[in-house]
Amino acid sequence: MTQEKPVFPYIPNSAPEVKKRMLKEVGANDIMDLYAEIPQQLRFPGQLDLPEPILDEYSLKRHLAGLLEKNKNCADYLNFLGAGCAEHFVPAVCDEINGRGEFLTAYVGESYADHGKWQALFEYCSLMGELLDMDVLSCPLYDGAQAAATSVRMAARINGRREIIIPRTMSPESRLVLRNYCQPELSLSEVGFDPKTGQLDLDELRKKVSARTAAVFIENPSYLGFLEGGAEEIGKLAKHHGAEFIVHTDPTCLGVIAPPVHYGANIACGDFQPLGMHMQAGGGQAGFIATVDDMKYVAEFKDLMFGITDTVQEGEYGFGEVLFDRTSYGSREKGKEYTGTTTGLWAITAAVYLSLMGPKGMEQTGRTILQMSQYAAKRLARIRGVQAAFDSPFFKEFVLNFDKTDKTVAQINEALLEKKIFGGKDLSKDFPELGQSSLYCVTETKTQEDIDTLVSVLEKVI
Amino acid sequence: MGRDQATLLRKFHQARWDEPIILELSVPGERGILVRKVEKGVRDEVEDGIASIPESLRRSVPPKLPEVNQVRVLRHFMHLSQETMGTDVTIDISQGTCTMKYSPKVQEHIATRHPGMAEIHPLQPDISLQGLLEIIYKLDCFLQAISGLDRFTFQPGGGAQGVYTGASIVRAYHAARGDVNRTEVITTMFSHPCDSAAPATAGYKIITLMPDDLGYPDMNALKAALSERTAAIFITNPEDTGIYNPRIAEYVKAAHDAGALCYYDQANANGMLGITRAKEAGFDLCHFNLHKTFSVPHQCMGGSVGAVGCRDELKKFLPVPRVGFDGKRYYLDYEANGSIGKVRSFFGNPQSLVKAYAWILHHGADGLREAAECAVLNNNYLEKKLKEVPGVSVRYSADKRKLEQIRYSWEKLYEDTGVGTEDVMRRMADYGLQHYWMSHHPWIVPQPFTLEPCESYSKDDLDEYVAVLRQISKEAYESPELVKNAPHNQVVHKVPEPSIDQPERIAVTWRQYLKKAAK
Repeated sequence: MTQEKPVFPYIPNSAPEVKKRMLKEVGANDIMDLYAEIPQQLRFPGQLDLPEPILDEYSLKRHLAGLLEKNKNCADYLNFLGAGCAEHFVPAVCDEINGRGEFLTAYVGESYADHGKWQALFEYCSLMGELLDMDVLSCPLYDGAQAAATSVRMAARINGRREIIIPRTMSPESRLVLRNYCQPELSLSEVGFDPKTGQLDLDELRKKVSARTAAVFIENPSYLGFLEGGAEEIGKLAKHHGAEFIVHTDPTCLGVIAPPVHYGANIACGDFQPLGMHMQAGGGQAGFIATVDDMKYVAEFKDLMFGITDTVQEGEYGFGEVLFDRTSYGSREKGKEYTGTTTGLWAITAAVYLSLMGPKGMEQTGRTILQMSQYAAKRLARIRGVQAAFDSPFFKEFVLNFDKTDKTVAQINEALLEKKIFGGKDLSKDFPELGQSSLYCVTETKTQEDIDTLVSVLEKVI
Repeated sequence: MGRDQATLLRKFHQARWDEPIILELSVPGERGILVRKVEKGVRDEVEDGIASIPESLRRSVPPKLPEVNQVRVLRHFMHLSQETMGTDVTIDISQGTCTMKYSPKVQEHIATRHPGMAEIHPLQPDISLQGLLEIIYKLDCFLQAISGLDRFTFQPGGGAQGVYTGASIVRAYHAARGDVNRTEVITTMFSHPCDSAAPATAGYKIITLMPDDLGYPDMNALKAALSERTAAIFITNPEDTGIYNPRIAEYVKAAHDAGALCYYDQANANGMLGITRAKEAGFDLCHFNLHKTFSVPHQCMGGSVGAVGCRDELKKFLPVPRVGFDGKRYYLDYEANGSIGKVRSFFGNPQSLVKAYAWILHHGADGLREAAECAVLNNNYLEKKLKEVPGVSVRYSADKRKLEQIRYSWEKLYEDTGVGTEDVMRRMADYGLQHYWMSHHPWIVPQPFTLEPCESYSKDDLDEYVAVLRQISKEAYESPELVKNAPHNQVVHKVPEPSIDQPERIAVTWRQYLKKAAK
């Protein structure tokens, strides 16, 4: 018995009768008549080497769930990994809105039928603008790392210079992305840090910054968690030499920590994954760039910008694309870098998050993170052989050093995993100068009991 | 009630909520959500947590975010979603080149709701990510089969970033061979703008081939442009016109003969699954948009994945980490030997990989081919019906079979009535259809519009779509002002020709708008 060809629920015209009727309608005897333009030698003979299909929905669901259950997840495990992707509280309303089919499946529709999308993205820019105390943002970028890369390229386009100064403590992930985006024209120069505090070495910066410097880029909070106390001074040094001062920041700190513009940055950037996105193994990352309102900066954004304007109806808001020819959609290779599909749904989610939080929610979130991470750092540093690597104030993440235990971070993390704990990010490869050190991330999702559990397990492990 | 069975038209009006900007909804003192406060034991140890922060780094003035209760925030964004015409609610054959196919709910529910996807950290040990790594590894194998190439990366967060990744690999390849004088990339006018913009971002000078009389990239122009300076050609086939270029292998050979690599932008691959592949045409690299061909939802422009594949010889240049399998365990390989490094953090958008994996597995080889065939059948059917609509024409190779999409023209309608493609585009949403996508810039085809009726749409859907365009054509001939002043049944009215680019009018945030309005 020959097996009957299935009718696919997602392919309405796979129903044989319909298909036949349509073929007739277009004057074809066989479906391959429609491929007449593809020469025989370019046609793939035979059948693609793919597994047997799972045709019914129930079995497909079982199969997928079976695979995902092989992953250990942070709902079951206690997680202290951060390093650019952090576990934060996600309000239910965020998931409700980004699960709406209208938002989930919209794409590049105009501002009439897709007015709601345009407004939501305009609100994302507006709310981020308030958080950062800056006037100008574009549609979102791919992630914080790429936002950093575009920020430095913007600076180089503005002042025509080629050298970028970055801190040695910069996120290794971001640095790899930045290095790629700087080729072939821009060069990167690293400035070291004070081994006691982690703070950028200002003397070294003074030696390196010059009339050739396009931008001085810092992270605040840094990848290693500490806050740059000298940020304002760094900005002054950069500007003194005519360079742009770019600050990569964590939006969750901005209810309690000053936004970059308050200490002199004209370009701020970062990753807004913490504002309502689940971690999704990094799939929640999304980038932003914000600047002050000056055409010098506005003209250098590479992504679409949605401007609010009037319609023909009095008192009605509409939206339109601002400086479209700036983008590669408008001007191909003459546009600013390239633009495309980035992270629109996460921008809408961040708008929901910030609307729910308001000023008090952001302040409380920042405060809880400060308290919990400080509590964790204090308790952990009391364990014999464990010490805080830096004595600077920090936000959310901090470095613990284990040199005085007789164990490596890898061994410690392995033992923690057995107790269903994901220990901090092992820094020994990326920062050998820090010895056996580990970057711990403690957000508002951690309770006193969680920290106490970590402490008691670590005490036994070490 | 119901659609008019004779005309196939609906009496449609989109939801219009007259929804204010969220910042206008602020009521001082309201709260949208409460955030966890720390336990007494924590407070006893660290007090308010702020004391340790130097005064100069504290925020002195709170952000002027709105204060809105949760019910109103929810309702606000529900209203905005209802004022958005996602593919879930319309016959979205409008956004040609974008492959607006159905994104199956079962995939969506699993990939977004399962804690084994939603709540995993990218730096967890390999052993704790075995399910995800298996999906990535197998999806790589699936795309290898579909393209004939040897290895894929899923790190790029979209198609354009995929092309950028390709350009970075091209750069690394020539650098590794010490071939430093290859400074040019050749692309074509009907390829996506990112095929010129992304290589330009990677430092290349761009040469763009114009179409010949039949709509193909000009072969003589290609031969004239190729030289020892050519690093690669970035090309697509079919191009935006929907015409498959039967001489594609000759273009590839000509480029190879000049020592250049050949990158195949396969954003428009939907009509060719199981029919023809990158390998047979000789390409070195290609990319698929998982949000187009492989059903990942478009998500108001992302996140998604530009899956970049390459031949064995180029594997070492792919971004890190890569996923391997030792016969027992899946593992992450961070060894950067030769790699271009990274284009995006971590693994890109792995939740999208679960969806694409599910879609391919559900269809299998026969199903993929069925999707391709039905997409092409739909396109040919739509073309036949649309050619009967007054004012519509097909600019290039009108007598040839097209694959999955076609760039049409309202040139005649415009000449006859003064109603142009932008007017029709605004009007169509009055009948419940998403605005069609016109064309990339610059417009080569006059008064263009580009439609892609992929396999998700039924014959009845296509008939309704044609009926709407026929109706608008009729309106253009009988009462052109009706079309020119559209939309009429939408969320908002027409935005007049933009003064939006004048510096004193640019308002991309609410605060910027208020400042400029006050002046």
